Amino acid sequence: MSSNVRPRVRVPSSAEAGETVLIRTLISHPMESGNRRDNDGNIIPRSIINRFTCDFNGESVIDVAMETSMSTNPYFEFEAVVPESGEFTFKWYDDDGSVHEDVKAITVG
Amino acid sequence: MKLTRRDALALGAGAVVVAGLPVRAAAPGADFIEAFTGGAEIADSGVTLIAPEIAENGNSVPIEISADGASEIMVLALGNPSPQVGTFKFGPLAASQSASTRIRLAETQDLLAIARMADGSYAQATAHVKVTIGGCGG
Repeated sequence: MSSNVRPRVRVPSSAEAGETVLIRTLISHPMESGNRRDNDGNIIPRSIINRFTCDFNGESVIDVAMETSMSTNPYFEFEAVVPESGEFTFKWYDDDGSVHEDVKAITVG
Repeated sequence: MKLTRRDALALGAGAVVVAGLPVRAAAPGADFIEAFTGGAEIADSGVTLIAPEIAENGNSVPIEISADGASEIMVLALGNPSPQVGTFKFGPLAASQSASTRIRLAETQDLLAIARMADGSYAQATAHVKVTIGGCGG
């Protein structure tokens, strides 16, 4: 089911030390809530991304516990401080056990 | 069958249980609030919850939450079949305790955001959203 899942992240490629940067993330995912029924009246089982995390060089920026009231193709926008050059790591934890990951490097110069 | 005093009491107790159910339903999300705050008092200022007054499509309603000095913010959609939306934990590298996302709303309802502040206190904000087309496939 996770064949169509594709993360997209927008992070600036460079920043000043200690600067605040805006981060936008989007991941394509059906986020099946478990409330819907198929044409035969059977409940379609829940299958969502249940957690999203963003770290910079191993330190946490944001960690979101997600429930079924999150929209399809979950979108997040938030701000991070960039103390030095390094990498943002983004992880989406799927109900099916898989973890979708994306990494963005940023240069402080 | 003769109605004994004991039967009458049992009937009465049953009626109380039945009558109690709608009361629980009238306070949706109370369990989640209790689990998050542990029953602590919740202040009415310190949290900002921005949501549209009217959402034409309940499948994707943009919201923004922010609370200076919060360690965590929980969002509930009180009119949804399952009210939990998500809980945002802010780490040491979060530049601000704020985030934007998109949520599902099944019908016209109130949203609730509760923040756990760094000092262990709690604050909340609510927003009423009118929904034209519901977004939970119900």
